[in-house]
Amino acid sequence: MKNYLFELKEGLLISLKAIGANKMRSVLTTAGIIIGVWAVVLMSTAVKGVDTSFQEGVASLGSDNLYIDKWAWFNNDIPWWELRNRRNIDMDDYKKFKDLAKLPAAVSPSMFTNQTVKHGDYTAEFIMVVGTTNEYVNTTNLTFSQGRFFTELESRGNRNVIVLGSEIANTLFPRGNGLNKHVKIKGIKYKVVGLLEEQGSWVMGNFNPDKQAFIPIGGLFKYFRSQRRASITINVRAENSAMVAAVNEEAIEVMRRVRGLSYKERNDFSINKQDGLLDIIDQQVGVIQIAGYFITGLALFVGAIGIMNIMFVSVKERTKEIGVRKAIGAKKRTILGQFISESAIICLLGGMIGLALAVVVAMIIRQYDFPMVIQVDAVILAVVISLITGVLSGFAPAYTAAVMDPVEALRYE
Amino acid sequence: MNIINIEHIAKIYEVGTEKVHALADVSLTIDKNEYVAIMGPSGSGKSTLMNMLGCLDTPTKGLYEFKNENVSQMTDNELAKIRNREIGFVFQTFNLLPRSDALHNVELPLIYSGMASYERKERAKAALESVGLSDRIHHKPNELSGGQRQRVAVARALVTSPAIILADEPTGNLDTKTGEEIMSLFNDIYEQGNTIILVTHEEYIAEHAKRIIRLRDGLVESDEFVKNRILPNGNKNVPV
Repeated sequence: MKNYLFELKEGLLISLKAIGANKMRSVLTTAGIIIGVWAVVLMSTAVKGVDTSFQEGVASLGSDNLYIDKWAWFNNDIPWWELRNRRNIDMDDYKKFKDLAKLPAAVSPSMFTNQTVKHGDYTAEFIMVVGTTNEYVNTTNLTFSQGRFFTELESRGNRNVIVLGSEIANTLFPRGNGLNKHVKIKGIKYKVVGLLEEQGSWVMGNFNPDKQAFIPIGGLFKYFRSQRRASITINVRAENSAMVAAVNEEAIEVMRRVRGLSYKERNDFSINKQDGLLDIIDQQVGVIQIAGYFITGLALFVGAIGIMNIMFVSVKERTKEIGVRKAIGAKKRTILGQFISESAIICLLGGMIGLALAVVVAMIIRQYDFPMVIQVDAVILAVVISLITGVLSGFAPAYTAAVMDPVEALRYE
Repeated sequence: MNIINIEHIAKIYEVGTEKVHALADVSLTIDKNEYVAIMGPSGSGKSTLMNMLGCLDTPTKGLYEFKNENVSQMTDNELAKIRNREIGFVFQTFNLLPRSDALHNVELPLIYSGMASYERKERAKAALESVGLSDRIHHKPNELSGGQRQRVAVARALVTSPAIILADEPTGNLDTKTGEEIMSLFNDIYEQGNTIILVTHEEYIAEHAKRIIRLRDGLVESDEFVKNRILPNGNKNVPV
């Protein structure tokens, strides 16, 4: 064992010398590996970033929530026309549901409308204005930087009060003095009673509370959307994740009673969960991953061929050297080890360069708010992948060197 | 003591359908502390015999015993071990590793024999000192003259204290004066009790040895002691 370690160490030293003698060539050879490792590290970093920010985003929405809706958000099992023909869920349904359901920790209605919100010369376009009740805040984990959510009184009285997500607040009030100011939606004045802290992330798209504004639901019906034509969502929060299943059961039961369905009829509502959102994120992540693996695989393959090629050249060039080494006592496995470790080191070098480039790019991307965190496993991945590529692509050239006839090799000019 | 014992060895190459007898039938013994030159015109089989003696190649037929061990049956790894410990090669073209300094070139055989770094550096330095290059240990081959390069090669051959030094045309790439210096070095090595086998086609170089084996057409043509051996000072001398 000690002997093998010794040979390994000496082999590595010899290889380092050989690489040092051909610096430029080694670096060029390793371009494929650099790109491959760069791609895989960057990809795994991006995937991890998306995952983390999604988890954080979901946490702000509350992960133990159910959303009773006319529409199935992520489910494609039910044909769309059947979904379309369902009766709208209205405020009466909500009130009945709220009275009958015993398990939920909180229940709130919500309805969206896309509006432009203005303050003086500042405008925030395509804002998802959520109409809801004061209880909405209990069905989420929203946190406030200033002010509060609207009260029960304001909610029932449908007062013109509004709570702004952090991004909107930043747009409309760049100096951060939005509290108690007025904003206008379609010319209707709303008083800002609360500003949210930054909650979610871009990953969540429209679910990101940073891009939402909240007003009492009655006002939404009055000014922006007809109550008769639109269907609301009932937000149901379970006490904790262990309760979600039971709350779900009960919600189906209660909703069927509220909607007056006979036992023969199918549910004319859907109970949505964020798991569905997770699926969509997984799909996005999956696309990144497939692209990443493809680039990585291709680059590593090209890189491996490059390394193999240059190692064959190197072996040929150093035929005489191999002959000399054999003459003075290098065994087959010594020569094999020498060339394999040479190729492994070249690849490792490439891997390190790729890793460094990935770190740089990750840092640049992070400037644009894309969550990038270089993971330890990405570093390990880079090292392992480049080592394996090096060993695999070095094997064939090393083997030809190892089995060379010393007499022939010494005669080679 | 008998170091090399060869009995009826032959080396046959197949070139197409034809069989070429590089060595037809050679028998000889070489004792410890002999100074032997192997001579012959090209095609006589002297290179093949040298490869055989140097354990770089194995005979097709016959017996080769090195220190009473049968080399003819050895595996590649066993041959490598014998070459590493028992044989010191000196080549016509020096065959140093061009990118390594003198010290590394000399310690290379010790690396392959598994000696620890400190000890092998000490021994390599000592070997370089013994060939008069103690002030050149960190020079690379291209920073050394031809004679100095061959001295490094000799140091590399000596560093493992091998049973035989096998020199293949060691002066072939050197001018006469430098060649004479190298031959003088070989004489010193011989007088320290080493066994030297010199392969050459130059009569003048061969006469530095004490015994000349002449080959022709794969057979031993003659095997006799040198009457007027050339000594380092260039004078011919009647052997003792």
